Amino acid sequence: MSFDLDQVIQVFIQEARELLQTMEAALLHLENEPTDSETIDEVFRAAHTIKGSAGLFGLNEIVSFTHVMEDVLDHVRSGDTLIDKKLIALLLESGDHLNELITVFAVEKGQLGEAAVKREQGLLNGFALYRPIQHVSILSNVEPTVPKVELYNEGNVASNLWHISLRFGPEVFRNGMEPSSFIRFLSSLGKIVRITTLFDTMPDADLMDPESCYLGFEIEFDSTADKNSIADVFRFVNEDCVVHILPPHSKLTEYMELIKSLPESNTRLGEILVESGALTPQELEQSLEFQRNEAEVSGKNALLGDILVAQGSVEPELVKAALDKQTTIKDQKSKENHFIRVQADKLDSLINLIGELVIAGAGASLIARNSGNASLHEASSVVTDLVEEIRDSALRLRMVPIGETFNRFQRVVRDVSQELGKEIELVIAGADTEVDKTVVEKIADPLMHLLRNSMDHGIESPARRTAAGKPAKGTLKLNAYHDSGCIVIEISDDGSGLNRDRILSKAIEAGLVSANASLTDQEIYKLIFEPGFSTAETVTNLSGRGVGMDVVKRNITSLRGTIDLDSLPGLGTMVRIRLPLTLAIIDGFLVGVGQASYVVPLDLVRECVELSDAQRNTARERNHLNLRGEVLPLVYLRNHFDMPDYTGRRENVVVVRTANQSAGLVVDEFQGEFQTVIKPLGKLFSGLRGISGSTILGNGEVALILDVPAMVHQITQTENRGPVRQSAAQLR
Amino acid sequence: MGDRSIAIRSTNTNENEDAQYLTFSLSGEMFAIGILAIKEIIEYSQMTSVPMMPSFVRGVINVRGAVVPVIDLSARFGRKVSDVTRRSCIVIIEAHGDDGNNQDVGVMVDAVSAVMEIPSSEIEPPPSFGAKIRVDFISGMAKVNGNFVIVLDVNRVLSVDEMALLSDVSANENPTAL
Repeated sequence: MSFDLDQVIQVFIQEARELLQTMEAALLHLENEPTDSETIDEVFRAAHTIKGSAGLFGLNEIVSFTHVMEDVLDHVRSGDTLIDKKLIALLLESGDHLNELITVFAVEKGQLGEAAVKREQGLLNGFALYRPIQHVSILSNVEPTVPKVELYNEGNVASNLWHISLRFGPEVFRNGMEPSSFIRFLSSLGKIVRITTLFDTMPDADLMDPESCYLGFEIEFDSTADKNSIADVFRFVNEDCVVHILPPHSKLTEYMELIKSLPESNTRLGEILVESGALTPQELEQSLEFQRNEAEVSGKNALLGDILVAQGSVEPELVKAALDKQTTIKDQKSKENHFIRVQADKLDSLINLIGELVIAGAGASLIARNSGNASLHEASSVVTDLVEEIRDSALRLRMVPIGETFNRFQRVVRDVSQELGKEIELVIAGADTEVDKTVVEKIADPLMHLLRNSMDHGIESPARRTAAGKPAKGTLKLNAYHDSGCIVIEISDDGSGLNRDRILSKAIEAGLVSANASLTDQEIYKLIFEPGFSTAETVTNLSGRGVGMDVVKRNITSLRGTIDLDSLPGLGTMVRIRLPLTLAIIDGFLVGVGQASYVVPLDLVRECVELSDAQRNTARERNHLNLRGEVLPLVYLRNHFDMPDYTGRRENVVVVRTANQSAGLVVDEFQGEFQTVIKPLGKLFSGLRGISGSTILGNGEVALILDVPAMVHQITQTENRGPVRQSAAQLR
Repeated sequence: MGDRSIAIRSTNTNENEDAQYLTFSLSGEMFAIGILAIKEIIEYSQMTSVPMMPSFVRGVINVRGAVVPVIDLSARFGRKVSDVTRRSCIVIIEAHGDDGNNQDVGVMVDAVSAVMEIPSSEIEPPPSFGAKIRVDFISGMAKVNGNFVIVLDVNRVLSVDEMALLSDVSANENPTAL
């Protein structure tokens, strides 16, 4: 697998804990203000997100519990159920219980204690009072009932344990299932007395496909659960797995049926059953005898008894190998991960201090140089070098490649596409794009919602895709790149696109817009980010409750980012998220205009041109430049920024390219390349277009970073607006 | 940087007791700001002007690694832009935004005068008109040595939300400054 699941699960644990804290705070708030719908939404969202992420890790125990919680909360949200003190207490207790579930299943990967199981039952019963009737009936099915113990009599075996035979199919891993998780879940219903791992189907090493599953298990299980509950454990793998469940004291003939139906040789199985205590040797002998007789009749397997003798000693080794394997897995899990979580603001203040240090150091080295004292000069240059190294490593602390986050979604896409019965491939580009850690942490959630949405609503079923002349396999693309002080993340699918009319009618139905409002396509698309909006016909496990998209919008706005939607009916949808890098470093090109310095992001700069006197005049007249036979429109930064006219000796042009559009920025002087830390300009300047941030220069002055794409876009719009503007431009 | 800044330590002040104020002049008129909002006072220095902003946004400066906007108070009151003199100062104030976020804002004034204690009994409620600046900017009129000093409501005057709105309008009205 291309990602380390263990590392990712740490993120889930951390996030889930945080969400539980949020939920607790919200619930406590609700005690005072039970009608606050915002807060109810918050609780619901927390439960929803925990359920979603737990599902990705196959933590079915957490999913099933949160699902009940979420259902009740959904009724509260829709107003069908009123929230009261009792329910709040119940929810708070559930929060604690969830915390324990996370500890047990995600951290320790252990089993739920008896007290916890009891508590969970109590909580579920409590929730049942708040759920509509049909749910209650489902619930009662899940409750463990007193097992129907068949009395030991003639023809029944002596063992009082359940016997479960599992043969996982080769597709199990590829379908995102993990055999051990089912066995772990099984152990929540009772005690696994004995487990035998079978890997007889495993081919030679060079033929083995590491993505295929070759495992089978024979399990002796001590439980009071009924057969349905045990069968339910394996519900998710039913398609890929042959499951046989024999209740305690089953008839011997049933065991014989079992032995016969499984692919392994009868003697092997017989040995295992005896070894694991399912059958006594006598019972085995009896069944084999029976089989032998039967076989003789049909003329096959005549020498079964001999084979039994020959292979009799294989079994203990098998068990030992299985046990060894289990121990190593446990060892791996218990290893501490070597990360230290540091509060972001501590890091921020460190980086600010280092920025100061760099500036102060530059001042000191200047004085040292001017003092004429050679040894002082040398000492200060050593200090300067060190300071620069410290600055670089401090900045690196905050920056992480976004690929880590992207890779998390491979699994999501695989699991979800399975669940939906669609074929979807996730294509990742720009994984090396670095972005601030805080941005990465906050963007994962919205991205997950967007991806799921694309999979659920965007990409069609294989049949519909083929009918529409598209490849049966849908493609989801995740792309990231730096764009002038921003990181842009694109999520695109080649699905059916947004249904403009359906969105509009749903929005009118939900009262989000009035029926006679006239909206542009863009405005209509943006409606899907409104709270409580959902076009899905059915509420699935996945989405459709209408929480996803407004969470997305809210999270992105809180990062001071923007979100755009483009959609072509039948061809697909692209969501583009633009986020500020906050503290990212960019390579900049420093230019001087008058007294001020501006930074042009270096990756936009194509070349630099000096204007000769003759060129200056014609360029100013025509507002464009002939650059090797191509028209290069010019932007006079001085005029654009409303500064006094320039009468200096020289003018220079920085040729920039953005979104297939070249432009020349006319500046006074070039001041060279340098790496810079972006300082956000603050809310006061939020309306400012064309400037994306600022940076502090070595001399302590502030330089502004140009947002070239926004500037070019703005000028294009203004010039296309009307003839008045154009003539004004010509006058200049 | 230390030699050109005046560090201000606030003494223990209870809300009901007499509070300390910084008084300063702006085109000959005296104003006061409660001292608790003030972080420091620095000498006027070269600043980076930000294009396409309304006249009351003078520019941005570097205050120990943070980029802080500087507001021309006179222009904010709708008067003319202040001239830079030898006594011009920038008062760094922590403004509280509506959304609970605090932002440091520099305020350019002609000259700072003194830090003084003004008894609450000496502060009158703001007049409904006649002060020549917006009434909601005034938190009270203090009597100091027989003259009235306008005590400013810092969070109103330096409301980042309102100023951002004004800047937005300004940037949109004059997009390319042709």
